[in-house]
Amino acid sequence: MFEIVLEPPRSWLQLRLKELWQYRELLYFFVWRELKVRYKQTALGVAWAVLQPLMTMVVFSVVFGRLAKLPSEGIPYPVFSYVALLPWQLFSRALSDASGSLVNNQQMVTKIYFPRLFLPAASILSGLVDFGIAFLILLGLMFYYGIKPTWAIVTLPILILLALTTAMAVGLWLAALNVKYRDVKYVTPFLVQFWLYATPVAYSSTLFPEKWRPLLGLNPMAGVVDGFRWAMLGQQAQISTLVYISLIIVVILFISGLIYFQHTELTFADVI
Amino acid sequence: MSDFAIRAEQLGKKYKIGEKERYRMLRDVLRDAAVATWQGMRRIVKRQARLEREDHRALWALKDVSFEVKPGDSVGIIGSNGAGKTTLLKILARVTVPTEGRVRLRGRVGSLLEVGTGFHPELTGRENIYLNGAILGMRKQEIDRKFDEIVAFSEVERFLDTPVKFYSSGMHVRLAFSVAAHLEPEILLVDEVLAVGDVAFQRKSLGRMEDVAQEGRTVLFVSHNMAAVKSLCKTGIYLEKGRVRHLGDIDEAVQVYLGSGELQQQSEVHLPADPARPVQILSVSVLNSVGNPVPTLPHDQPFDVGIQVAIRELTYRMNLGLYILDRDLDTVFSTHDFEQDDNRLQTRQPGLYAYHVHIPPLLVPGHYRLSVRAMRLGRKTEKVLDNVEHVCPFDIFDNGSVFAKVNMKWVGKVSVPVKWMCVEKHPI
Repeated sequence: MFEIVLEPPRSWLQLRLKELWQYRELLYFFVWRELKVRYKQTALGVAWAVLQPLMTMVVFSVVFGRLAKLPSEGIPYPVFSYVALLPWQLFSRALSDASGSLVNNQQMVTKIYFPRLFLPAASILSGLVDFGIAFLILLGLMFYYGIKPTWAIVTLPILILLALTTAMAVGLWLAALNVKYRDVKYVTPFLVQFWLYATPVAYSSTLFPEKWRPLLGLNPMAGVVDGFRWAMLGQQAQISTLVYISLIIVVILFISGLIYFQHTELTFADVI
Repeated sequence: MSDFAIRAEQLGKKYKIGEKERYRMLRDVLRDAAVATWQGMRRIVKRQARLEREDHRALWALKDVSFEVKPGDSVGIIGSNGAGKTTLLKILARVTVPTEGRVRLRGRVGSLLEVGTGFHPELTGRENIYLNGAILGMRKQEIDRKFDEIVAFSEVERFLDTPVKFYSSGMHVRLAFSVAAHLEPEILLVDEVLAVGDVAFQRKSLGRMEDVAQEGRTVLFVSHNMAAVKSLCKTGIYLEKGRVRHLGDIDEAVQVYLGSGELQQQSEVHLPADPARPVQILSVSVLNSVGNPVPTLPHDQPFDVGIQVAIRELTYRMNLGLYILDRDLDTVFSTHDFEQDDNRLQTRQPGLYAYHVHIPPLLVPGHYRLSVRAMRLGRKTEKVLDNVEHVCPFDIFDNGSVFAKVNMKWVGKVSVPVKWMCVEKHPI
């Protein structure tokens, strides 16, 4: 018979991968719950997943495309912005859901043991369904405008993974901070909004002077968005060289987030 | 090496006072940091000696707790409020970590710390069984296998595909308990679940737990219901102020608790004010007809129970309950402050409230105790805001009843003046 020893924590980071594996079905159930509830509660249901990026695209097209006349590299502005909105909304939704995941489930956290990591992880994974639906619309748009995807479309999973990992990395920090400091939930929407403007979603990264362009790579989402435009529309990626910096930043954020999350995880139930 | 299911070694859990169950705002931390920096700078400028850091006072919710539970034992954990019972279960359930010492657990741990954890109101009964089962640590396969059994036990077959937000509180509790009860852990932790549900279901739940205990599983049971604890457990751990006061036979443990528990002796108890609690019962006393606290009362006189409650925040739908318990700690009868006047359920403003509950002469001679509970009635559940259990022992003596005159025994638990009228009389 196996034995569990409960004692004060000894090391900085214990991943307990074996335990995560034992509980793997719970992750599936959490994702399943998120999806069930999301599509049950909203009368619009699936339509919501389509409307959100579509409406934003329309607004962006009118404001930035028509009124501000931002250049879109010879691609119809609606497609230009929609292809960037896809990964952006996947990311922003994942990030905001993850940051509230512990506090929103506080009843569970204070009563029962399970790997807490699954709560933010489930909020992030469940965004993929919305993404998939919105992606079909993108294909429709591209067909309408007569744009053919390039062979680089095969790199999409990697770009999606990068977006999700970035969301998880920041989400871990915010979720744990949210437990300790309840006003973090007011900071999150602001952070997301700020991040949107720092990412070339509505505009093209070519707007940046060549000299400064590499700095965009400090924002991993800039790499993801540029990568999407490159993979889907065949545009020259502007910051490809700095994707490595993005990767390093994501890894640092992710590992530090894990450490902080695990460190505070032990006392969630005392504080929440 | 000896055979055990749970072994606790010098377990301790420390909370910083004021920190327990309180989260902070980031802006407070930033402000404090700014203030501290500013003061620090001023001090450096003024060359002041650095003041000693304010020492957070620590509260040990548990200290030096060591015990061992053999596989298959059923152990009752008793003690007053704040004795550390819930903290102990929380550590065993791995919800929180000990500050010092360690616990070794052999086997899967299942907890009924609060039934229905993780139930989602929008999901149907069927969906919630799976979700809740998974949260409790069951595999999907396992839930599939036990599904019918769970449904049958919960008696909600007809509403399986209805979202649980439409369930009555009784159905909600039955379903939740049923899922939890079908988890098959080697070690089962139970806290106060029996306070919920109707009487028939409570009995069923107790039966289920007896089954669990008889199947050779280890049960740890925290409850204020002494009758249930005594019938279910062989061993008892009596905690007082975070330390093990008595460890041994359950009847002994209960006796020690009632006989020597600090609060359990006086006919007037006063509890230390804790400003962190939104609602707190401050004192309970048994008062004779002239308003003095007394340990004995005549059976034919009314008496008062004095209750003082501090309400520190605006509280909605609050109500107070008074329970009179007999020697075996079975409730003889209960009374709630909204029974006569349901306006009492309305919002209560902060303040210090003192009540005198007037008890008519109805208790038969014997030994009694009181429990007082402050609750908030939700739409489906009642939440206990504060409670004081098994306090103010008092005796009712026979003050020259007709029974005493004819040397006859009192039968039953209460005696109410009842009129016997002869309505017909015929010669035979």
